[in-house]
Amino acid sequence: MPTFLREVHMKRHNLLDILFRNITRLSAFTVLVLLVAIMVSLIIGSLPSIKAFGFRFLTSAEWNPVMDEFGALVPIVGTLVTSTIALLIAIPVSFGIALFLTELSPRWLRRPLGIAIELLAGIPSIIYGMWGLFVFAPLFAEYVQPWLIEKLGPLPIFGPLFQGIPMGIGVFTAGIILAIMVIPFIASVMRDVFEVVPTLLKESAYGLGATTWEVMWHVVLPYTKIGVAGGIMLGLGRALGETMAVTFVIGNAHELSASLLMPGNSISSALANEFNEAVGKLYTSALVELGLILFLITFIVLSLARYMLYMLTKREGSTT
Amino acid sequence: MTKLNRFFYIFGLAASLSLAVNASAINLTGAGATFPYPIYAKWADTYKTQTGINLNYQSIGSGGGIKQIIAKTVDFGASDMPLKPEELEKNGLMQFPAVMGGVVPVINVLGIAAGQFKLDGKVLADIFLGKITKWNDPALMALNVGTKLPNETITVVHRSDGSGTTFIFTNYLSKVSPEWKSAVGEGTAVSWKAGTGGKGNEGVASYVQRIKNSIGYVEYAYALQNKMTYAQLKNHDGQFVKPDDTSFKAAAANADWNKAPGFYELLTNEPGKESWPITGATFILMHKTQDKPETAQEVLKFFDWAYSNGGKIAEAMDYVPMPEKVQQLVRAAWKAQLKDNKGKTFWK
Repeated sequence: MPTFLREVHMKRHNLLDILFRNITRLSAFTVLVLLVAIMVSLIIGSLPSIKAFGFRFLTSAEWNPVMDEFGALVPIVGTLVTSTIALLIAIPVSFGIALFLTELSPRWLRRPLGIAIELLAGIPSIIYGMWGLFVFAPLFAEYVQPWLIEKLGPLPIFGPLFQGIPMGIGVFTAGIILAIMVIPFIASVMRDVFEVVPTLLKESAYGLGATTWEVMWHVVLPYTKIGVAGGIMLGLGRALGETMAVTFVIGNAHELSASLLMPGNSISSALANEFNEAVGKLYTSALVELGLILFLITFIVLSLARYMLYMLTKREGSTT
Repeated sequence: MTKLNRFFYIFGLAASLSLAVNASAINLTGAGATFPYPIYAKWADTYKTQTGINLNYQSIGSGGGIKQIIAKTVDFGASDMPLKPEELEKNGLMQFPAVMGGVVPVINVLGIAAGQFKLDGKVLADIFLGKITKWNDPALMALNVGTKLPNETITVVHRSDGSGTTFIFTNYLSKVSPEWKSAVGEGTAVSWKAGTGGKGNEGVASYVQRIKNSIGYVEYAYALQNKMTYAQLKNHDGQFVKPDDTSFKAAAANADWNKAPGFYELLTNEPGKESWPITGATFILMHKTQDKPETAQEVLKFFDWAYSNGGKIAEAMDYVPMPEKVQQLVRAAWKAQLKDNKGKTFWK
């Protein structure tokens, strides 16, 4: 190839390279710009409410559209409590699923089970909500809640969490439905990361006489903890923002109650319920501020998780 | 002609053609209250087969309907809660009632049949205030002598979304219970003192059906369609009445629309032996000054048609048509209040 031709060729390549780099950079920046734009519009939208209520908005349980008095404590607590219940149930169950699928399950069962879990993840949330309200809640009210109220209600410290009347719907039900929704996410991530653990490591442990549990706990889990934490965060993210399924079963009451069996509210379901019909500037603004708070909660939780992971990996570096 | 030119030529032709088609087919748009959605949709459907005019109504809720009409994104808004005359004035709007319905208390107590249980306004308010918490409360026993009431806790079910139904219901409770008025008041969304919230009439209906020993309130049509146990109510004249066409019509007939400026009339706690105490009309909102009088004219024609010909359909769907007297008042208001941007009236 003559030199000048090669130079043209190179130039073209260079040009394409630059073009390509700029296009990808633009795409990346779009995300950033969108994020900032959403943040800014949320802040602008919630200004009237921030001015009117200030810090009190976070600590007041009052939600009175007639008197234009708003406080976010009930939905904030509801969001955090339902997500916590969901994770408390989902993490051990998902761990069990992933452990069974990667270590104990017969080979022929792995694929059908794995596909079933992925299918669960694909079910739209409204289906979970309807199932929760029409199928789960009546059964829960008939068979489980009376038992909880009778056996756990009178206990000294945990008792107040399980008092009330068996309605079927409420904060606890919402937490359980959320758990069912996030299990497929967490379980499939856990399974994927467990599968990449080198067989050599596991076989060595088995060779030393370790049980399956010991291999899981001392070899697989430490090796995959970042992936596992990532899966949990994915589930938590979904649980925090989940709207429709929670709206169906949480009971949508702006009331602070010690009992998990009583109706409550979450930020996203308050928004879904009330935004359409919110009349007046302050009411709408208070709802926008709720949205802003959800945004911040998600942001803080995810940052904390990142920080935790960072600390974990750093400590690992120093000890080995 | 090059290929490209020809492409643009054809494209332009197609575009202008489609514009022409759009201009000839009239599309009316409205948005708002969910309660009258089934009847508006049915009317629109029938109207289209008769006139070819398409009316698209979106049931986004009363609050949304008010916002949309103020923003002028729709030809008419619809709300279950009438706007006060001063609010109408402020936004340059006029309103008129389109159709009526009733709100009924529904209960789910084992062994009690529809229409068997009796309530009065004060007791209903006390239940929703959380003051009466048991089904065998003395106040309930006194109203229902001879009915066996269980010693069970009452679960109150209310709306979780803002709603005209809630407005009518809380307006009634405010009229009959001073305590309700001071503690809660009236509005499309209020600060509930007890219970759990369901989204929409269907949400409340399904909660009441699923939660034992519960009480809620829904539009009459929902109570009928879901075969729910509705209660009798003691009305203004001290009579116990059942919710049905007769008792809704009686309430509407006893209202004095003549004296209501801007049709701001709430049909709750109306006098009359047969009146159902929680009755309400649903309203249409339009701008007084119309930039597009032709479209507004078509909207009016639709509601004029609905008044004259839609009554049977309304009754079949458990709504109550507006009385003839009120229809005449509304037509007179169209003529007097609606003007094009040159200040000329256009409804004849």
